[in-house]
Amino acid sequence: MPAPPVLELRGLSVRYGGVPALDRVGVTFEGGCITCVLGENGSGKSTLVAVLSGLRAHDDGDLLLDGVPVRFRSPRAAREAGIATVWQDLAVAPLLSVWRNLCLGAEPTRGRWPLRRLDVDAARETTVRALERIGVTGVDPDQPVNSLQAGARQSLAIARAVHFGARALVLDEPTEPMTIAQHTLVGQAVLGARARGLAVVLVTHNPRYAHLVGDRFLLLARGQVAGDLTRADVDADDLTRLMAGGEELTALTTRLQELHPELGDR
Amino acid sequence: MPGDPVIVDRLPVARVAAAHRRRVADRVLARPSIAAVLALLVVVAVFGVRVPGLLTLEGLAGVLDAAALLGIGGVAVGLLLVGGHFDLSIGTVTVASAVLTGVLAGPMEWGIWPALAVSLAAALTVGLVNGWLVVRTGLPSFLVTLATALVLQGTTVSALPLVAGGPRITGLDEAPGWSSAAALFGSTAEVGGGVFRVSLLWWLAGTAGAGWLLWRTRFGNDVLAMGSSRRAARELGVPVQRTTLTLYALTATAGWLLGTLALVPAASVAATPSLILAIDFVVVAVIGGCLLTGGYGSMAGAAAGALLYAVARRGVELAGWDPRWSQALLGVFLLVALLVGGVVRARLRAAPRS
Repeated sequence: MPAPPVLELRGLSVRYGGVPALDRVGVTFEGGCITCVLGENGSGKSTLVAVLSGLRAHDDGDLLLDGVPVRFRSPRAAREAGIATVWQDLAVAPLLSVWRNLCLGAEPTRGRWPLRRLDVDAARETTVRALERIGVTGVDPDQPVNSLQAGARQSLAIARAVHFGARALVLDEPTEPMTIAQHTLVGQAVLGARARGLAVVLVTHNPRYAHLVGDRFLLLARGQVAGDLTRADVDADDLTRLMAGGEELTALTTRLQELHPELGDR
Repeated sequence: MPGDPVIVDRLPVARVAAAHRRRVADRVLARPSIAAVLALLVVVAVFGVRVPGLLTLEGLAGVLDAAALLGIGGVAVGLLLVGGHFDLSIGTVTVASAVLTGVLAGPMEWGIWPALAVSLAAALTVGLVNGWLVVRTGLPSFLVTLATALVLQGTTVSALPLVAGGPRITGLDEAPGWSSAAALFGSTAEVGGGVFRVSLLWWLAGTAGAGWLLWRTRFGNDVLAMGSSRRAARELGVPVQRTTLTLYALTATAGWLLGTLALVPAASVAATPSLILAIDFVVVAVIGGCLLTGGYGSMAGAAAGALLYAVARRGVELAGWDPRWSQALLGVFLLVALLVGGVVRARLRAAPRS
């Protein structure tokens, strides 16, 4: 019997006040495979990230980790289970030092409970090692994150996820365009994670970039899976067309429905 | 495929790091408590010359007595500010819990310890209700705690005469167990003409404990992250609700301690309006370098702020001026502290992007 996929969604639904953000989604994320999630705004990409990372619990269906149904109480629980996330806003606390940000929620400690305290030296060392692991050197772990440039903040967020992600890595790319250096960093992180057998979920807005690194492509539309494709199925142009087409078509549909209510909900 | 491979070493990171070998002056200026410490030195020098009585042991005891009470509240409120919240109810919790202790130990004839335990539990309940309302509603904590403060103050001031037959309860030292409570909350030590109160020790312990909690524990890291960016804290799984509730429980405990430290030495308690006390604590914490916007602060700074406040008040008093001048002076200090805080934040902020 083959090993179960690292992550699997079975008929999973998430609703916000009755409105489904994800509607009976079934998908698997295998280890050693980069799955790119594509879709326009409001298609459920962010909700998918929120569910996988433990920020939002699902309402219906199952989330399975290594074939076992799980329900994470918080992102901390998901991270302890080995699912680490690079958030769209990078999730860094600007006034805190680099090491406090990197270790937040999993700080090394010393001593017993009433006197349990942060092991600052160990935390600094972990930080330097985690950054070196993704090829970034020369960052002072005591430096406040505020003083880092955007690229360096992204390095920090990626280093944190790579350090804590043992089973799966979820990346939610920022909406604003990234530089080549930033794309390279993301690319190296996801390729490295794939080589180590992690399940990689990459939410991206750039179909060409997705085709460059992705093994599988998950297209979402209105909270449902609109397409589950492999590299063999599509080339970069197809992906671009699929994404663009979807967006245009939806805009057109909405507009027409506004102008002609007699069309109904088609 | 992209053209030239990008070598990661050439990413901005290395350059930023090199540019940020900050000099000593920068590091000092980036300390949030610097304004309070400098102002303290100035005030001590000015009043030391004008009012020599301030620098005697007797004068010092008077200053420290006032500073201890301000400092206990300032440290608790400062911790809350760092977590990105606000508590206007701590002043009324102080009076309300003391009044409750007085009612239980006086007219109800309970022992002082059971009375203290019940009033602590009541204070904690108020704190948890504050925290719960803030967490549940997502409303600004300024307004939520203003509401609880008003409810508490109105209830205390109007209910006490009904229960005790007057606005004041006296003769609490007849309550069973008084001597041990008096030792813990009301004892004094005379050193060379100055009478130092035990509240000083509570203040020192509170400041050291809060500083350790903030900078050296996981809880403190959660508080810092929460105040710095609530969204990031949530995304990283900081238990935002539990941390907020704990912070409000801590300020309520500080309020109860302040009430007890006022009740025990006097062996009496009165229901006085005390909303302004909460403002004093915020002023002390902000002068000490706690950012009103959350995410950064210094407990030692809050202690320095309390000292500054106490020296200014005592100095104005001893110089024979109208004591109300000290409030104006304090306002000036607060303004300076806010301006310096802006400089501090600028030092903490990103270097100009090239």
